[in-house]
Amino acid sequence: MSPAEAISSHTIAVLVDNEPGILARVVGLFSGRGYNIESLTVAETDAKANLSRITIVTAGTPMVVEQIKAQLDRLVPVHKVQDLTVAGPHIERELALVKVKGVGDKRVEALRLADVFRAKVIDAKTDSFVFEVTGASDKVKTFVGLMESLGLIDVARTGIVAMTRGGEAF
Amino acid sequence: MKPEESATTGADLLVKALIDEEVEVVFGYPGGAVLPIYDSLFKQNRLRHILVRHEQAAVHAAEGYARSTGRVGVVLVTSGPGATNAVTGLTDALMDSVPIVCLTGQVPTHLIGNDAFQEADTTGITRPCTKHNYLVKSVSDLARTVHEAFYVARSGRPGPVVIDLPKDVLMNKHEYVPPKRPVQHKSYRPQVRPDPRKIEQAADLIAKAKRPVFYTGGGVVNSGPRASKLLVQFVRLTGYPITNTLMGLGSFPASDRQFLGMLGMHGTYEANLAMYNCDVLINIGARFDDRITGKLSEFSPKSKKIHIDIDSSSINKNVRVDLPIVADAAHALEELIKVWKSRESRTDHKALKAWWAEIDKWRARNCLAYKQGKETIKPQFALERLYHHIKDRDHYITTEVGQHQMWAAQFLKFEQPNHWLTSGGLGTMGYGFPAAMGVQVAHPDALVIDVAGEASIMMNIQELSTVAQYRLPVKIFILNNQYMGMVRQWQELLHGGRYSESYMDSLPDFVKLAEAFGAVGLRCHDPAKLDDTIKQMIGIKKPVIVDVLVDKEENCFPMIPSGAAHYDMLLGPNDRAEKPVSEEGMVLV
Repeated sequence: MSPAEAISSHTIAVLVDNEPGILARVVGLFSGRGYNIESLTVAETDAKANLSRITIVTAGTPMVVEQIKAQLDRLVPVHKVQDLTVAGPHIERELALVKVKGVGDKRVEALRLADVFRAKVIDAKTDSFVFEVTGASDKVKTFVGLMESLGLIDVARTGIVAMTRGGEAF
Repeated sequence: MKPEESATTGADLLVKALIDEEVEVVFGYPGGAVLPIYDSLFKQNRLRHILVRHEQAAVHAAEGYARSTGRVGVVLVTSGPGATNAVTGLTDALMDSVPIVCLTGQVPTHLIGNDAFQEADTTGITRPCTKHNYLVKSVSDLARTVHEAFYVARSGRPGPVVIDLPKDVLMNKHEYVPPKRPVQHKSYRPQVRPDPRKIEQAADLIAKAKRPVFYTGGGVVNSGPRASKLLVQFVRLTGYPITNTLMGLGSFPASDRQFLGMLGMHGTYEANLAMYNCDVLINIGARFDDRITGKLSEFSPKSKKIHIDIDSSSINKNVRVDLPIVADAAHALEELIKVWKSRESRTDHKALKAWWAEIDKWRARNCLAYKQGKETIKPQFALERLYHHIKDRDHYITTEVGQHQMWAAQFLKFEQPNHWLTSGGLGTMGYGFPAAMGVQVAHPDALVIDVAGEASIMMNIQELSTVAQYRLPVKIFILNNQYMGMVRQWQELLHGGRYSESYMDSLPDFVKLAEAFGAVGLRCHDPAKLDDTIKQMIGIKKPVIVDVLVDKEENCFPMIPSGAAHYDMLLGPNDRAEKPVSEEGMVLV
């Protein structure tokens, strides 16, 4: 496969006006043009300036990723688009809530592994735990995978939030 | 004055805002949700309202108005079906980058989401078919939103903007605040000035070219008449050949020796072969659309590509280019000319001479040739005669979509921008007639002709009532072959001549139809009488339908079949036997 056809994953941060319909605009752009969304998170980040930050993980050939950024950038309420994967060193984090049901050895093992992964117990019953685990997606994925044989019954993940390392502002 | 005294209703405020945006004409259709606006219109005489007979036509008319004047076209429709009927027009305007502000009525805010009578999720429906849209939830936001909408519609790459107006917002009162100039949008600031280093690089590449070609599109027209003037100046400075896209016709005078005609699927032999064989391709305001490129892997394979476009998402979308320049066409051309002149750039005369010699050989194939006999009128002949009679008059041409549209692009000559209006991107049958109405409203004394097919014209035929009401002397020139000609042509070439549902049975008598609406109907089937009919049409100061009965099975050539490369052109009926269309090509539209 030539580099032009190689598909790679990109994490893109988008600063937008926090207005009704903005998420629909972004999601509609991806579905309408047939782009992938691997994960998408959005929340208000600056209440005074009424700004939200969207973090999208997408995958495509270099030409497609370039298109995605250009298409996002021309949406009227978009202030800034940054491809963190291209921008250089950056940090990605994700949070997951993981519910595990079980008694006896399995319960003990789940708790022990949670400790290894620095997952917090945020709800406990005699036959269940809800863990909160934070970290890079790989870590979260590995933890969830390990819980599968230990009584995993429910997972909720936030998707990735990310920003560049160092002293530069977005 | 106390605020309460200066406060006006949302509807009055809207009308004030439109007047402040220098709007003169609104194309619309009333309904329950927009009654307050119609009441405000009734009480003033600054804005003229043109009552169409279908909301789709309102948008096309506004497109015609906008494209022939360079101003923003304004549409006013009611909620629900009014808004959904406008969707085709909005999509058309989006694809062809036409500045439109479309005001849609909406049910009162407290009923939104309740499936109220004539409620539709207008902002939801129009999100993918507008450049931007707004739902105004408070009368205090109304004026600002209107001014922002006009700014967005006309700036950067122009496009349609919808403002959805709930009825209570139109009836509530608020003070009017005039717009601040210039508008400073908080996030939308398109780049219009080119990067000077890239202009230098472009000038280098252009000067060193041995087999160059300019390929320019609607972006030059949209940039304004100055861009066309600069284009002509620069192209003449270089002496290089130039081809236009369908949307770009008129930005360079068709009668100029350097003009190769339109390129693409039904473009000329010389234009397409110049694209294939060139070593430097200078794209200004065109977007490498699939009608232009044909088979992508064989598109202009030997060339260095410069692409100037105001929309960065148009760059590297279909075709990877070597030198992308994000800028407005006029600004970029102005800088290019400056650099070119300051460097006293010289072109490679010897190489250019050889290149022109090659192009002249392709030209000599005379790819648009056809044989006019004594019996039936060839559509190409009809258009050539039409052009002969209108060329010295102030005229505007619109078209519907299909064979007649391509023939019009091939056989009518466009000498100036903004005089040729056609649905290029979306290919909307039914565009031409209402667009012609919009042109005629803007240019009451001009000769405005909709070149139509008998199938397309039926799609917005109701507008005969509008042209009658406003005495708009639009001319509808129908090339009537009783088929959906382009569909029939594809069925002939791709589907074994099985003309499935493409025969137009039970057509109306167009002469009587015209008369029923108070217009004039003419018919012609004799090549010898064609000139007289056209002259008669031009002489009548009323709307006219001319039903020209043409050869039923004439095909539009040259043609690059879907999925084929530029050198793989069908030049005439005898070509097709040896060149069956590939299976990949069959899948393409």
